Amino acid sequence: MDNALNRSEQSKLAHHKCRSFYRRHRGSVLPGMINLLVLVALGALPVIAYLDGQIFWLDVATRLVILAIAAVSLNLVLGFCGLASFGHAAFIGIGAYAVGIPVYHETYGGFEMIAGYSGWWHLALAIAVSALFALVTGAISLRTRGVHFIMITMAFSQMMYYTLVSLQEYGADDGLSIDLRSELPLLNLDDPLHLFGLCFASLLGALLLSWTLVRSRFGKVLVAARSNEPRLKSLGVETYRYQLVAYVISGAMCGYAGALMANFTVFISPSMVEWSRSGELIFMVVFGGSAYLFGPVIGTAAFILLEYFLSRFTVYWHLPFGILLILVVLFLRGGVSGSIARLFSKRSAVSNSVSVNSTSVAEGSAPAIQGSSQARGEDTP
Amino acid sequence: MSAECMLETRSLCKRFGGVSATDDVSLCIYAGEVHALIGPNGAGKTTLISQLSGLLRSDSGKIFFSGEDVSRKSAAALAQLGLARSFQITSVFQELTVIENVAIAVQVTLGSSFRFLGNAAKDPAILGPATEVLKRTGLADKSSVLASRISHGERRQLEIAMALATEPKMLLLDEPMAGMGQAESNDMITLLASLKGDKTMLLVEHDMDTVFTLADRISVLVYGRVIATGSPEEIRANREVQQAYLGDD
Ligand SMILES: Nc1ncnc2c1ncn2[C@@H]1O[C@H](COP(=O)(O)OP(=O)(O)OP(=O)(O)O)[C@@H](O)[C@H]1O
Ligand SMILES: [Mg+2]
Repeated sequence: MDNALNRSEQSKLAHHKCRSFYRRHRGSVLPGMINLLVLVALGALPVIAYLDGQIFWLDVATRLVILAIAAVSLNLVLGFCGLASFGHAAFIGIGAYAVGIPVYHETYGGFEMIAGYSGWWHLALAIAVSALFALVTGAISLRTRGVHFIMITMAFSQMMYYTLVSLQEYGADDGLSIDLRSELPLLNLDDPLHLFGLCFASLLGALLLSWTLVRSRFGKVLVAARSNEPRLKSLGVETYRYQLVAYVISGAMCGYAGALMANFTVFISPSMVEWSRSGELIFMVVFGGSAYLFGPVIGTAAFILLEYFLSRFTVYWHLPFGILLILVVLFLRGGVSGSIARLFSKRSAVSNSVSVNSTSVAEGSAPAIQGSSQARGEDTP
Repeated sequence: MSAECMLETRSLCKRFGGVSATDDVSLCIYAGEVHALIGPNGAGKTTLISQLSGLLRSDSGKIFFSGEDVSRKSAAALAQLGLARSFQITSVFQELTVIENVAIAVQVTLGSSFRFLGNAAKDPAILGPATEVLKRTGLADKSSVLASRISHGERRQLEIAMALATEPKMLLLDEPMAGMGQAESNDMITLLASLKGDKTMLLVEHDMDTVFTLADRISVLVYGRVIATGSPEEIRANREVQQAYLGDD
C-alpha cells in the first residue's frame, strides 16, 4: 500500500523532471552533432546571406543570437536551479541603459562620472549593475519558492520598468536613441558583420561558461538542490548561497546581452523590461528544453523563426503562435532538445522499474496517506 | 550538561496546530552508544529527528551537540558539525545515479563547493570515497543506475550510504528498515551492527527484535513524551511501557 503510493509518486516525479543532466552526456552523440550543426548554421548562413546582398537575415540572426545569450543566462536559474525567474527582462534593460546613458552624457554633457563611449566601460557597467541588482533582488526572492518566486521576481522587474519610465532625462516611456555605438578595439559595431561576430562569439562564450559551471562542483550542488533541496541541506549544504551566486552570474550574463541589444537596436526604452519580454524568454528556454545546455539556443531560434514565418502568413499570427507554444510545452517533454535526445537514446536498458519488491512492510510503518503527502521533502516546515 | 552526552535535548517541544508532536523531550545520547527510539505511530519520532537535524525549528527547548548549543542552527550547519540523518520516507536524488548521489555527499564533506572549474564527475578526491562507501553498503554494482530505478530496499541502503559518506560523528536513522523485505532488513541490520561502536546512533525502529539486538539503550516516546529510558531489559520490564506500547504488540 505504502509502496504502491511511493511508486506512483516516483514515476510521476520521473516524468515531471527531465532526466538527469549527466545522463544526457552518456547517450548518443547525435544530439550533440545536431547542436553543433545548428550552431554552425547560425554562425554561417546569415553571414553568407549578407555577403550575397540579403541584409535582412543578418539582422534576424543578430537579434536571435543576443536573445539566445539571455535565454542561456535564464537557463542557469530556470533549468539548472529549477527556479522560474519571471524578471530577467530587467537585466536586459539594465544592460541596455548601461550603454545608452553613458553615450548620452558623453554626447550632451553632464554626469561625467559615467559618461563615455568605451565599449569596455559599457560592458563593465552592464555586468556590474546587473550583478548588483541580481544580488539584492535575488537575496530576497530566493527566500521563496514556486509561485511566490515567480511573482516576486516579476515584481522586481516591474519596479525596474517603472523606474525607467520615470527617468525623464532619458526619454521616460518614449525611450532614447543611441547616437553612437560602443567603441571597441579592432571592431566597428556600425558594421553589421562585426556586430554579429561579437554577438556570436559572446554566445559561444556564454555556452562555454554554463557548460563549465554545470560540470563543476558548484554545478553539481545546483542540480542536486533542484532534485531534492531538503536532502541536500541535511547533507550540509547552505543551498541558498549557491543559488544566489547562480542568480548573480545569470543576471550579469543577461545584462551583458542587454548591452549587446542596445548596440543592435541603437535605441533603449522601458518596453525592453515589460513583463511580457520576461515571459518570452521563459518560453524560449522551455520551448528548447530547460535542463539542456543547448536547449535555450534551439528554443530562441525556433521562437524567432516561427514568429517571422507565421507573421508572414497572417496578421493574426499571435493566435497560432500561442497555440503552438502551448502544444510544445504540453507534449514535447523537455522541449525540442528533450525530444531530440529521446529520439536518439535507446530507452535505458535498466527497465528494472521502481520499487518492485517487499510486500511485507515493516510493522506499523507510516500510514499510507501520510506517506504520499510527505514523499517529497517530508519535513520542510 | 554532562560531558559524556554527545547529543542532549532539554524540554524540546514542537506543536502542529493543536497537536503536541513532541512535548518536553529531554534525552541524553552518550557518545558511542546505539540509542533506540521507539513508540507507536504518530508518537512524534520523526518530528523529534527533524528537530534534532535542524529541518524543523523547535517551539521551545534546547539541543546540545558535543556540548555546543545548536538549537538555532540550520540543517546544513548541523550536518557540517557531523550530525547526519536518514529519512523515513526515502529521500534521495531521484534524477541522479547511485554514485552521483553518494558523490554529492562526499563533495559536501570536502568543504565549500564554490569551485567553478574542473569536472566534478571525474574528480578522484570525490570518486574514491564514494566508491568506497558504495562497496561498504553493498551498492557497488548499481553504481551507474539512476536512483529512481533501483529497488526500494536498495534506495533505503542508498539513504544510509549518503549519510555515511558525510563521515558523520553521529547518525540519526529514521526507520532505516521501513518497507524492506526480510532479507534486505537483515543486510541492513548487519550494516548497522558493523557501525556500532564506531558511530553514535539514534535509531528509530518499530521492530522489537531489531531494537533489542542493536540498541544499548532505549527511549520510549508516546504522544510526544518520553515515558521511559533505559537498557533493553529495563524497558522490557517497564509496566508503563508494556501498557502504552509493547502491550498492543
Ligand atoms: N508537518 C506536519 N504538519 C502537521 N502535523 C504533523 C506534521 N508532521 C507530523 N505531524 C503530526 O505530528 C504527530 C507526530 O508525527 P510523527 O511523524 O513525528 O510521528 P512518528 O512517531 O514518526 O510516527 P510513525 O511511526 O508513523 O512514523 C502526528 O500526529 C502527525 O500527524
Ligand atoms: Mg515517523
